[in-house]
Amino acid sequence: MGTFHQDKGELHGITVVVDMEGDRVYVGRCWEMNDREVVLLDADEHADGEDGRSKEEFIRRAAEVGVWKKHDRVVLPAADVASVTRLGDVEV
Amino acid sequence: MPYDNLLVQPMREELTAIGFKELLTPTDVDEFMAEESGTSLLVVNSVCGCAAGMARPGVRLALQQGPTPHRLATVFAGQDVEAVAQARGYFSDYPPSSPSMALFRDGELVHFVPRHRIEGRTAVEVANDLVKALQEHCAPAT
Repeated sequence: MGTFHQDKGELHGITVVVDMEGDRVYVGRCWEMNDREVVLLDADEHADGEDGRSKEEFIRRAAEVGVWKKHDRVVLPAADVASVTRLGDVEV
Repeated sequence: MPYDNLLVQPMREELTAIGFKELLTPTDVDEFMAEESGTSLLVVNSVCGCAAGMARPGVRLALQQGPTPHRLATVFAGQDVEAVAQARGYFSDYPPSSPSMALFRDGELVHFVPRHRIEGRTAVEVANDLVKALQEHCAPAT
């Protein structure tokens, strides 16, 4: 029993890794994904090499423990998104 | 803003019906955590159907398979806000997420299941993961 918003797409409510074209990656709870944008809630953001960590290291750590949010809500243009992956599917 | 208790009560009862003690205040949490001997499972319950809808049945299935922790307790995210904040202080290395599950042995956190390891999975999958942790940390010594 719970709340469902099935009109928001299959990834609604799922924590995802959004790898952007370029050096940035976002991890957050998917609110909505469509042809125009990906909307994440409670999201963290990382640039490749920031704090001495690669994108891959950041994603692996996120998969182990989760993320500390930097943004309540972030809207990412779909045209700039390279891939969207469930964080729960990342091997730890 | 908390959900109406009429909506939430059945979600609370899914856990209290199988032996979980509800911790409604920070004092409740501290008293539960003060008993350090043995094993305890603390579940951060949640309204969200995307994950909690499988978390609660997953926990139930896991406990049916055992081994079971000595103590079971739950706090409800978004409802019992102060109790949840207090509980999260006991696993503060992990970012807040709900639902989630924390398994302690002799007062030490030995296993944590964050929300992203629950969402999108079936109750059986959630249960199977939890049973592995219970077998590792709660099984009697042979």
